[in-house]
Amino acid sequence: MIGLEDATVRFGSRTIIEALSFSVPAGRTLAVLGPNGRGKTTTLKAMLGFQQLDGGRRVAPDIVGYVPQTGTSNQRYRALDVVVMGRAAHLGIFGQPGPEDFGIARSALDRAGAARFADHYFDRLSGGERQLVLLARAIATGSQVLVLDEPAAALDLHNQERLLALLNTLRQPRDKAIVFTTHDPNHALSSADDALLMMPGGQTPLFGPVAETITPEHLESLYGVPMRVVELAGPSGETHRAVLPAFAGIRAA
Amino acid sequence: MAALTEDEAAPIVRSHLARQTLVFAALLALFAVAFVVSLCVGRFSVPAGRALELIWLGATDPWRELTTIEERIVLLVRAPRVVLAALAGAGLALSGAALQGVFRNPLVSPDILGISQGAAFGGALGIMLGIWGFPLIAMVFISGIAAVILVGLIACVNGRSETITVILSGLVVSSMFSAVVSLLQFIADPNTSLPAIVYWLMGSFATATWERTLIAAPGLIIGGVLLWMLRFRLNILSLDEAEAQSLGARTNRERWLVFGLIAVIVGSQVAVSGIIGWIGIVIPHASRLLVGHDHRALLPASVVLGAGFMVIIDTLARTATAAEIPLGVITALVGAPIFAMLLRNHYRERNGS
Repeated sequence: MIGLEDATVRFGSRTIIEALSFSVPAGRTLAVLGPNGRGKTTTLKAMLGFQQLDGGRRVAPDIVGYVPQTGTSNQRYRALDVVVMGRAAHLGIFGQPGPEDFGIARSALDRAGAARFADHYFDRLSGGERQLVLLARAIATGSQVLVLDEPAAALDLHNQERLLALLNTLRQPRDKAIVFTTHDPNHALSSADDALLMMPGGQTPLFGPVAETITPEHLESLYGVPMRVVELAGPSGETHRAVLPAFAGIRAA
Repeated sequence: MAALTEDEAAPIVRSHLARQTLVFAALLALFAVAFVVSLCVGRFSVPAGRALELIWLGATDPWRELTTIEERIVLLVRAPRVVLAALAGAGLALSGAALQGVFRNPLVSPDILGISQGAAFGGALGIMLGIWGFPLIAMVFISGIAAVILVGLIACVNGRSETITVILSGLVVSSMFSAVVSLLQFIADPNTSLPAIVYWLMGSFATATWERTLIAAPGLIIGGVLLWMLRFRLNILSLDEAEAQSLGARTNRERWLVFGLIAVIVGSQVAVSGIIGWIGIVIPHASRLLVGHDHRALLPASVVLGAGFMVIIDTLARTATAAEIPLGVITALVGAPIFAMLLRNHYRERNGS
């Protein structure tokens, strides 16, 4: 379980988030949606405890499996050694990872679909591959909470699809609380139970189940772009909901 | 990137292990050869076999009466000097490797914390006041540690310190102390204390005795062992602040623990052998090239290479010319070009990848 209660964060005189409350219990997945500059990252940092709160409090376990957008890459570690770092909290300050920890790290790499990179150098992997390794590290912490910062931001459509499928396999056992931020409401539709919409102009962010929050009206006021929800037939015949922006554009010819 | 199957991945692990073992064996061999050669060469040369025999006799029966001149030279003059040089080199290289890890910056050296300049102030003041022997060593050690504490006091804002603030505070404290050292040199008696101060500032193992070696050893060994125990934690601390914290590290406190251990190591070294630059930056770099960035391999490799390198440099210092060349001069002459080369390779590789 992770969340914020009545949290307020100010940078100088600017209020970034005000009296924000939400919680993600084990077994549910939250997508934090909003355009740039509405406090998505601040909310995430506040949840993780990296951001001092000016009011309210944070509810979180001691160790949260955190997947940053890009990992540190000025040191050259093997991907497996990066993943085993997830065990640090269990090992204490003077502890060394043993065979058991490496076993956990390998199975985490397996779950993240990154087993084939185990012996590659982390800094030589592509952005998407690094993200899988970082996800494996978050899994290796053993935390029941996973927090992903813009997991799909740097990915092409194919890899977005793979990432969302991966998120859904992690979601399936319904034993973890998962939070991710994204620009794309379709990611929320495909892989989240709840959504938190960072509304413009100081309105209270909207928090609730995806079916109630991801609606054209809410999204229009969220992004300031006309939105349509369409029903599409998936590859095996089932219907999916998808959200499309109806960009106005200007006919040039 | 070509996808690897599990079967192809196994040989990579095995060849990685084999390579590490080979590198460590080579480093240990280098150290052993340097150690023995250093016992043998000098104005009075001793054959290698005889030197080893003497060491064996000395180790099995330390309180034996030393009668012949070669016994006295090997066991009372050269052996403590080589052991002290090895310990100092190992300590400096280890400190450099750990510091570069926690600063996430490969270009910092242990001097950055102000220890050396603080210690230099203590040493210069002590020599001017006519203090010698153990009180001088204690004074140097304490002023080195005091400099680090001062850096900490300046750098800590609201109970935490950014790495860049620590680096700049170290710079401030270093310049302050080095200004005072210059002042002390300016007013020192040019016939007695000035040469002593200048020579001491350039670093030397010439005054090494078993007594001095034993004074420095506890700090160097305890600090070194504790840093080595932190080797996995250093991997965590070398990550970005947020990542390290998310993995459970209390970064600020743990970083200062590392600084404290480094202060003990460098303080002990400076107290008995003066300021020796460059080891703490060149050796960790060379070790990274040999065994990679993982601190679990980097720290032991730095220890062995640092010890071997320091013994070689010290042997050169006392045998290359009739008079002893100050260590600081040789480490800079050897270290700076190596460092320049490493720097170029580092950026060439980075741009290439």
